[in-house]
Amino acid sequence: MNHDYQYTPKNGFSKWLDKRLPLMRFADENLLSFPTPKNLNYFYTFGFILTMCLVTQIITGIVLAMHYVPNTSLAFDSIEHIMRDVNYGWLIRYTHSNGASMFFLAVFIHMFRGLYYGSYKEPREIIWILGVVIFLLMIITGFMGYVLPWGQMSFWGATVITNLVATIPVVGEPVLTLLLGGYSVDNPTLNRFFSLHYLLPFVIFGVVILHIWALHVTGNNNPTGIEVKDSKDTISFHPYYTVKDLFAYVVFLIMFCYFIFYNPNILGHPDNYIEADPMLTPAHIVPEWYLLPFYAILRAVPDKLMGVLLMFGSIIVLFFLPWLDTMKVKSARYRPLYKIFFLLFVIFCLLLGYLGAKPPEGIYLFLSRVSTIYYFAFFLVIMPILSRIEKPSPMPIGISNPAINNEVFDSGGGTTGTPSYAMDSK
Amino acid sequence: MTDTNDNNDPSRRDFLYITTAVFGATGAASVAWPLIDQLNPSASVSALSSIEADISSIPEGGSLKVAWRGKPIFIRRRTKEEIEMAEKEDSVDLPHPEKDLDRVKNKEWLVVVGVCTHLGCIPIADSGDFGGWFCPCHGSHYDISGRIRKGPAPTNLEIPPYEFVNENIIKIG
Repeated sequence: MNHDYQYTPKNGFSKWLDKRLPLMRFADENLLSFPTPKNLNYFYTFGFILTMCLVTQIITGIVLAMHYVPNTSLAFDSIEHIMRDVNYGWLIRYTHSNGASMFFLAVFIHMFRGLYYGSYKEPREIIWILGVVIFLLMIITGFMGYVLPWGQMSFWGATVITNLVATIPVVGEPVLTLLLGGYSVDNPTLNRFFSLHYLLPFVIFGVVILHIWALHVTGNNNPTGIEVKDSKDTISFHPYYTVKDLFAYVVFLIMFCYFIFYNPNILGHPDNYIEADPMLTPAHIVPEWYLLPFYAILRAVPDKLMGVLLMFGSIIVLFFLPWLDTMKVKSARYRPLYKIFFLLFVIFCLLLGYLGAKPPEGIYLFLSRVSTIYYFAFFLVIMPILSRIEKPSPMPIGISNPAINNEVFDSGGGTTGTPSYAMDSK
Repeated sequence: MTDTNDNNDPSRRDFLYITTAVFGATGAASVAWPLIDQLNPSASVSALSSIEADISSIPEGGSLKVAWRGKPIFIRRRTKEEIEMAEKEDSVDLPHPEKDLDRVKNKEWLVVVGVCTHLGCIPIADSGDFGGWFCPCHGSHYDISGRIRKGPAPTNLEIPPYEFVNENIIKIG
């Protein structure tokens, strides 16, 4: 597909429509003929997989809301009613609850992909920032959704997390009461969490549209991190990437189905099948697996307020990524040092996830602290330093031109000089 | 026509702009407030903010757990040894220094909100390293006066407003 391609309405109706509402033109330019770098690997299929995850959650969620009752005396029973009595209720609920886990699994891979190939760098800062907004909304939505079954983990998870607000000096307590609609997690809390849990996915949907819009302005990044130069570097989105995305989605679905049909409760906590008891705290309060790394950061700090600040800070810092890593070379493929620190970062993130499920004492506490320090050092210290001192390895001139680009590497660090490839745009 | 001159008068026009903006902002705020305040505890929730508990059946060393505003209240009838220990430990280095005497109305009875001041879990009675309560969530230890001794909780267990109605009844709230 070349860049001079223009959508031309073929029959009378599409010509008539094109003058009034250019819907077909929009679909054609953004979905079918959209020029996409020809070298995208399977890590780039997670955008599509995530869209499908969101659609799955919205559809199953709307159906569940037809049977669920957001009232403390009925919520737990209505979940069992869905599981036992509603036709295929078990399937719909297991799809929704495991779907949340799949959503987060996919988003973590998607974010690590962006981190590895430098997809947050100029000119894609806004895409990245919108992505972090979506991630934040996902966390809030997932947390509220976990409260709805009104089991022991729902209740105590909600109590612990909402209490984080009370750590804010002066206004903390009144804000907490405002948030809960009472002096503890109770019926008003459950009601508003249900309302917001229904609303937020549509807000996410809106931000996803902005995310994709921004992506279609700059075009995709790609594994080389070298910008597209001309039509030789791209292929049309359809059929090449529609098919690739669909194939990846089918493989992803196989794993998804394993959880739904063979191990539907492995990612949840058994205590959530005990109805909430405000007078009895379970021995260990564990959040959903996808929040464990952040929970580990919270508990790594001996000071309450600092722990809360660091936990939120661990996500807030992501907003500033484009300005912390100023290295012009985008892809870790040509950054030998960054590649090592990135792998360490992935390992420490996984370790934090493991530690979040362990009691905060002894060696676990020590490792949580080490991992937390590395997490922040990676963004605040390692990235800015590497941007100045790292010497990129030889890289090709372009996506379609494997010859080594010599002019780039004599300058040393990435911030000096203006390599031509980085400035080129399609 | 003098009217046209008046309309072009900048100070008069500015005044109109500013008053309009102020009226608009006040209107918006007065519409926003009900939408925010509806999140606060409703009248029915606030109505439950006072309860009475019968303490006549609690033996020495025993305790009672009652619900107040959806939170547990620990009512502990302390033994002589426990009172002595609590008063003796007034002098040790406490993270949140408070005298035992300032935390009770009657030395025999300790009344505290049974919610860990760390992140809101319920501490377990008669456990922990200091003879009081232990919070299983993040490992905070409280002594028999409900004071934080070890762990991440920043302050002592909260004392609810309460009074002895008579020998057998405590009114909380």
